[in-house]
Amino acid sequence: MIIDALLLQAGYNAALVSLGAALLGAAAGAAGAFLTLRRRALMSDAMAHATLPGIGLAFLAMVALGGDGRFLPGLMLGAGLTAAAGLWAVQRLSRQLAEDAATGAVLASFYGAGIVILTLIQGLGVGRPAGLETVLLGSTAGMLRADALVIGFGGAAVVAALWALRRPLAMVAFDPIHARLMGINPRQMDALLMALVLAVVLVGLNVTGLILIVALLVTPAVTARLWATTVSGTAGLSAALGAACGYGGAAISAAVPDLPTGPVIVLLAAGAFALTLVIRGHADG
Amino acid sequence: MSQIPLDVRDLTLRYGDVLALDGATARFPKASMTAIVGPNGAGKSSFLKSVLGLEAASGEVRAFGGPVADAMARIAYVPQRAAVDWSFPVRVIDVVLMGCYRQTGLLGRIDRRFQAQAMACLARVGMQDFARRQIGALSGGQQQRVFLARALAQGAELYLLDEPFAGVDAATEAAIINVLKGLQAEGATVIAVHHDLSTVAGYFDRVLLLNRHTIAEGPVAEIFTRDALARAYGPSLMLAAE
Repeated sequence: MIIDALLLQAGYNAALVSLGAALLGAAAGAAGAFLTLRRRALMSDAMAHATLPGIGLAFLAMVALGGDGRFLPGLMLGAGLTAAAGLWAVQRLSRQLAEDAATGAVLASFYGAGIVILTLIQGLGVGRPAGLETVLLGSTAGMLRADALVIGFGGAAVVAALWALRRPLAMVAFDPIHARLMGINPRQMDALLMALVLAVVLVGLNVTGLILIVALLVTPAVTARLWATTVSGTAGLSAALGAACGYGGAAISAAVPDLPTGPVIVLLAAGAFALTLVIRGHADG
Repeated sequence: MSQIPLDVRDLTLRYGDVLALDGATARFPKASMTAIVGPNGAGKSSFLKSVLGLEAASGEVRAFGGPVADAMARIAYVPQRAAVDWSFPVRVIDVVLMGCYRQTGLLGRIDRRFQAQAMACLARVGMQDFARRQIGALSGGQQQRVFLARALAQGAELYLLDEPFAGVDAATEAAIINVLKGLQAEGATVIAVHHDLSTVAGYFDRVLLLNRHTIAEGPVAEIFTRDALARAYGPSLMLAAE
């Protein structure tokens, strides 16, 4: 049965989910490679958690406009807006606090606000809120062709942008002062990278959910780094690992009833990392 | 006259209450090799960083007759023991190729020409056999040479180096000074923060004695005197150094 799923023979929807998850994994792996090289991994976690209030608010806004509140691009827009606000808050607070403390504070407060808004929505009895909480841990069972297309195009766009920007991104991550002297604006590059990571987070809401997307951004990247000797090699291997985990995780969860997709994907990535540690743990560099 | 590689006037830099530079002024003629010398905390590194615009200093800095910001492509900088993550997945050749970024641009291909150029820069610092090594697998002196090669790859005309000989082995020191003298012979201008007073006369032809402001500047033979050193370092420190 798992073999069927892996070979895309388990039905149209399962195949759709597997391909979508693979593309998400590739985009997350590539973006995560640059993110971890720039030492901003935790920032993506704060960003992901800060999407939650936006999802709730977007739902309410769409219901107020007469919809059922479940229009995916609308939810993603709301998620993107509060995630950007969370990112801004981290940067603003980092002037007074250590960056990790600022990140933790923003992560918790935005997430708390999101949970409150979602709970209120359940009690309001408006729109069609059932299943809105699946953005927390992801749910691919009900993935539509349109959703898969959003993931596919979004993921491909992220990968293409990272490919184009790979040199300045690597230079800023390695030696920001030198990058600046070579005419690159490090703040601009950081903002572009964060925008690309945000795109991955939004695309991933449907697959791994906002809590686990950070694992898909970070785990393949740190695994790849233990094997690769160049930035392009790290990003490429990380993307391949992410794609394999996304694909495999989606196939396994399609084949085994009640197994959630996001956590299975993340466990596969963690398994690859553990295996790498065993093999490469004693090799230096 | 207007083409003087670097002309610095009244460079003043404050870190909060601390005055790191207090009206430092200096001119660096073409094809000269200047040591910036002075006691700890004299603002030598700050001088280089302010010239490059990495610190927000006041004063006037002109490079090649215009604002320094317009001349950045002609200026290379080698930081003091670059503060980078040594476990970064980057090979020696990739580091040197980063120096070609202005020529390759965002989307330009790194073709054979750039590879050859980077290899030639590595050969110049004696590191051609290490091109495929991880940067973190090198010794401190070898790393310093790679960062010099990255500066060479820029093809600059003005080189600013912050203590290039600090904590490096003798072979590296000899390799670096050879490269710098070669650059000077080709018409490039070299400015280096330097710590070892005993080698100033052998390595450099000009000196800028700095202690937050300019104590003296000019040819080594005229400037590098006991009297001027005493004014820069203070008489007691001079005695201790003797």
